[in-house]
Amino acid sequence: MNLVYLDNNATTMVAPEVVEAMLPYFTNEYGNPSSIYDLAHGANEAVKKSREVIADFLGAKDPKEIIFTSCGSESANMAIKGVLDVNRNKKHIITTRVEHPCVLNLYKDLEKKGYQVSWIDVDFKGELNVGQLLKAITPDTALVSVMMANNETGTIYPVDKIAEAVKMQNPETKVFVDGVQAAGKIPINLKDTKIDLFGISGHKFHAPKGIGALYVKSGTMLSPLVVGGHQEKGKRAGTENVPYIVGMATAAKLAKDSLDDELTRVKVLRDKLEKGILSNVKNAVLNSKSSNRVPNTTNIGFQYVEGELILLHLNDEGICASSGSACTSGSLEPSHVLRAQGVPFTSLHGSIRFSLSRYTTEEEINYTIEKMPVIIEKLVKISPFQKELKEIFK
Amino acid sequence: MWEYSNKVKEHYKNPKNVGSIENADAIGEAGALACGDKLKIYLKIDNGIITDAKFQTFGCGSAVASSSILTEMIIGKTVDEARKITNKDIADELDGLPPEKMHCSVMGHEALEDALKNYFGEEKVENKKENPQKIICNCFGVSEAEIINAIKNGAKTLDEIKEINYAGGGCARCVPNIKMLLDKYSSKKETALNPVQFILKINKVLETNVAGELGKDSGGIELVNVDGKDVYVKLTGTCSSCKNATLTLKNFVEKQLREHVDEQINVIEVK
Repeated sequence: MNLVYLDNNATTMVAPEVVEAMLPYFTNEYGNPSSIYDLAHGANEAVKKSREVIADFLGAKDPKEIIFTSCGSESANMAIKGVLDVNRNKKHIITTRVEHPCVLNLYKDLEKKGYQVSWIDVDFKGELNVGQLLKAITPDTALVSVMMANNETGTIYPVDKIAEAVKMQNPETKVFVDGVQAAGKIPINLKDTKIDLFGISGHKFHAPKGIGALYVKSGTMLSPLVVGGHQEKGKRAGTENVPYIVGMATAAKLAKDSLDDELTRVKVLRDKLEKGILSNVKNAVLNSKSSNRVPNTTNIGFQYVEGELILLHLNDEGICASSGSACTSGSLEPSHVLRAQGVPFTSLHGSIRFSLSRYTTEEEINYTIEKMPVIIEKLVKISPFQKELKEIFK
Repeated sequence: MWEYSNKVKEHYKNPKNVGSIENADAIGEAGALACGDKLKIYLKIDNGIITDAKFQTFGCGSAVASSSILTEMIIGKTVDEARKITNKDIADELDGLPPEKMHCSVMGHEALEDALKNYFGEEKVENKKENPQKIICNCFGVSEAEIINAIKNGAKTLDEIKEINYAGGGCARCVPNIKMLLDKYSSKKETALNPVQFILKINKVLETNVAGELGKDSGGIELVNVDGKDVYVKLTGTCSSCKNATLTLKNFVEKQLREHVDEQINVIEVK
């Protein structure tokens, strides 16, 4: 078995069609889209077309609502800082305890700078306390910020309904949705929602790293994060990254075309993996408890075994996954997402996320299901919690 | 991903001396489930020589590797030789650990120390007082000295300390100890108050902590001047003619100000 890549929420393989589509824009069509001569025309057209494709991908009403950025973090920073900057009299923000660190840390920073942040809880299944969110809205609320799908557990949050309810209570409040983990995995149709801002990142759906986009609903005031030239209608300065924009658009089209596959075949494989592990490994417990999840993600905790150790042994078998364990993250803190949903310490540190893609095969899933009990059995022997494990394995 | 040495990889892939020893002569423990690291070490000791050692570890790759190599290091050594092994020796034997993972070697060292204390029937080492090298945050192996250093460099809250050296960010068992250090060492930082804040703070302490007490004896106090760390006050009411006034100033007023504002404050009475 070659490499089994089950960490597609971290990043994805660039689709061969995407590489193919990008290549001419490095060599023949290298012009600056802002230039006047014929050479630039091709680049300019490519950016224009790509904007239309991304608008279609996100179900935006108008391609003008799409701004190209360098990544998901930039999209989030631009949306959040941009909104707050034009609404300086409002000092209240509502967000969740389970946002991605790029968003979470920005709010922590804003909290220090004098903003009041309401942190919304999730329940043991990882589902958002929407009632708590709606109660937190005040006339001073500048921004409500909720991710569409959680990167660690795959849980989908009802952002359409939240946006609707927020606007009912305070039409001036802007709604930002971090859509990085949702794009390409579930249908998105922004024109039918009240969402003002929606960020995506190309490398999560088989485009290269270093390209993202922000949807800004027509009429939404936003001050730019990167100030300079007139590109992106003055909302994001910097010469357009033409090959990567083309790459992301190609990837978006492929993702849209294979959405059915994602929702059916990938989901079946994910469910098979999940059931396979849970039934073959006695100390395995499901952390992704919500039934409303993106089709490619599962998160499983292994009691009394540590996550990094599991990952290292998976790696030795050629399987790539990731962990909410303290030891694998640069920050050395266990997953804030799993802690927020109250996952006990017995399985928190041994939590493994498997995230599939449309390139995942049944053979790879079978291989993983077969390897997992062998690895865990080996690691259970090392654990000092023999008494507790004996109870579980009896 | 961490940069692990080949030695670390070798030891987490195929750890040596895994398991427990029945009728062990000494058992030592370190870490806790909540922190994501727990180590148990079992020793067989004959005539002061460690003849066998086994371990069980709940932890990451480097924790398993540290435990595994530690058992190899101590088998055949005398108890006294084993006692001299430091956490750095363990890390060196593994051809180094990433800095963020040094706490794994600390844990190995602690478990060994615990086992040997247990063998000699001594008390646990934890309560050694005022040892700057003492590990406060076991999760991340952060010493008292490192935390004090973070406070001296301007960290004022637990979160700020976490940002600097992660201390308190794991199982949070050490949070009360960190808060104690914060209370103790960040008060010194208050000398950095600007002169106006310094005077306002003195005045506030005099009003809230001092005036009330003196008032009980129909006395009072007024702040006259502040010059550097010298605080000039005037006693009023019955206090002004009290023969114990100097005692009151030194034992009560000065003590309050030193405790709440600055340790070097001198209170001087103005008649």
